[in-house]
Amino acid sequence: MKPLKTVTSLGIPLLVDNIDTDIIIPSREMKSVSKSGLSDGLFAGWRYTQVGGRELNPDFILNQDRYQNASILITGDNMGCGSSREHAAWALEEYGIRVIIARSFNPIFRGNCIRNGILPIRLEPEGIASETGMLTVDLTNLSITAESGNIWKFELESEAREMLLEGLDPIDLTLKRAAEIAAFRAADRKNRPWIYNLKAG
Amino acid sequence: MGKTAFEKIWDAHRVVSLGDDNDLILIDRILLHERTGGVALKSLEESGRPVNDPNQVFATMDHIVDTRPGRTDHTLMPTGRDFILATRSASRTAGISLFDLTDPRQGIVHVISPELGIILPGATLVCPDSHTCSQGALGGLAWGIGSSEAEHALATSTLRVTKPKTMRITIEGELVPGVTAKDLALYIVSKIGSSGAVGYLVEYAGSAVSNLDVEGRLTLCNMATELGAFSAFIAPDDKIYAYLKGREYAPKGTDWEEALSQWRTIRTDDDAVFDKEVSFAGADIPPMISWGTSPQQSVPISANIPAFEDVSGRDSRDSYDRAMRYMGLNAGDPMASVPIDAAFIGSCTNSRLSDLRRAAAILRGRKVSPHVKAICVPGSTAVKHRAEAEGLDKVFLEAGFEWRESGCSMCFFAGGESFGAEERVVTSTNRNFESRQGPKTRSHLASPETVAMSAIMGHIADPRVVLADEVTS
Repeated sequence: MKPLKTVTSLGIPLLVDNIDTDIIIPSREMKSVSKSGLSDGLFAGWRYTQVGGRELNPDFILNQDRYQNASILITGDNMGCGSSREHAAWALEEYGIRVIIARSFNPIFRGNCIRNGILPIRLEPEGIASETGMLTVDLTNLSITAESGNIWKFELESEAREMLLEGLDPIDLTLKRAAEIAAFRAADRKNRPWIYNLKAG
Repeated sequence: MGKTAFEKIWDAHRVVSLGDDNDLILIDRILLHERTGGVALKSLEESGRPVNDPNQVFATMDHIVDTRPGRTDHTLMPTGRDFILATRSASRTAGISLFDLTDPRQGIVHVISPELGIILPGATLVCPDSHTCSQGALGGLAWGIGSSEAEHALATSTLRVTKPKTMRITIEGELVPGVTAKDLALYIVSKIGSSGAVGYLVEYAGSAVSNLDVEGRLTLCNMATELGAFSAFIAPDDKIYAYLKGREYAPKGTDWEEALSQWRTIRTDDDAVFDKEVSFAGADIPPMISWGTSPQQSVPISANIPAFEDVSGRDSRDSYDRAMRYMGLNAGDPMASVPIDAAFIGSCTNSRLSDLRRAAAILRGRKVSPHVKAICVPGSTAVKHRAEAEGLDKVFLEAGFEWRESGCSMCFFAGGESFGAEERVVTSTNRNFESRQGPKTRSHLASPETVAMSAIMGHIADPRVVLADEVTS
């Protein structure tokens, strides 16, 4: 996972509420048993003119010249609701999105973002969406500074912040506690043997 | 101060606190399916990490697998077979239990887990699927995760989780006859909204909830993810214990007795405090149907299609206009008159035996309207076999429904099969998102009864009204 300290980019205002993960990547675009090769299908239903086609829909914001290479997406309420498919985060990350600003996030989608190097920021989106210049997101200071001089502060739980800043793998962190986990399970096994005795029949 | 049932389960599973409200939580059961499970197992294998306890991991084929009679590993989506083969091979390598295509235990993950006694009261269970919250209906703590978290759970038997806040939704009183758990779920999401429970674990309580049978409770809890909830939970009771007893993976012998005495302590103390309390009266809840492209955009089936002023407290002007345009509806028209093209009964929400029985009771002796494509997909192979033993398959087939093999099927089109552009479908599923059931397909969420009656009438129809008219005419 790529560490994330600061991101400077235009914000892409896609102020739609309840953008679900079927919209972010439709089922039909999840073609292989893999975490890569998904960015082509990102927002396929909105981004292309035909189902399954690749002719760009000029009305969709990601297709506008101004937002090519932009990496901060600004959305509305309940971003990433619906299916838990991590393909949504994989597709966004591969496309180049590093920060998503939304009024609220679906919890599974939010967790998937953090685990894939995308910073989810809870913020009232209208003000920041009207900024026309570059935005600089600073994860160390938990702040966003606009070219206009406007500044927003945001919050992030400390573990998520550390994981994003350092690009840490949470499995590595937890495996350091393998002995503690084994001891907990051994004690639990005496108390709840049926959780562990899973031979069918 | 007392504890909520959720807090009791959480505390019993806390291996260690990681600071803030972040805990390392022991995971008792992990479920996988071929769409997100295969990739998690494969990625874990590539990282060289073994599955910590393969005995506690179960996989099934449900998302992509074909549901047409005579199915094979091939799917309409050309690469669907790759997911099936990858999951089969990775399951074998990892040494986990797989309920494969021809296994009598195969089915939708949230249908088979209760059927097999995999989810148990007081147990923690995770699955890379957002509808895992369904299983909280049995008094366990079950929640949906992403693939990376599934890898974490597989490798460590734990997850690093921020403890959610708690919300109790209490529904007291009898439900009106003809009102089902699905109507209850749609009513709640229409009242508190699609992000109304973000950050919360929802405990459902009250007499209207405890009066539901186990399958109805699964339907109610299923749609908690449509509220944005961490998960849903219903305190276990004698109905749950009677349901679980003797199931394949449920405790046996002295284990059963010991488990039962522990399970009886999993209840919210009278003086426990929830972060949020919401209550509804059972008598106020009508049969419901969705009109828009988010489950919160649902109304009583007897209502008119809402004008913006009717929903402005919840939907923005933009999302209202977008949904109306997508759905091709006119505000002010009665919901129960909109012509339909298709009817679908299935999914982890409403595909269990009781759902099929109630739909069949409406279909018996009637015919699906000639222009309506109607499909029934039992939730598991076991449900299908039991339904067939009762002759329900014949009822569906004689009425003009297709009768399928079990799987998630056209709840979404992962396997490549879908409804058509601008086709209007009344569906017993859980999501009416844009293009969920097919490119530009228009989905209306409702109970199996409403789906069955709408299929017969050829338009959205309230089964109670049609049945009452028949009696009086």
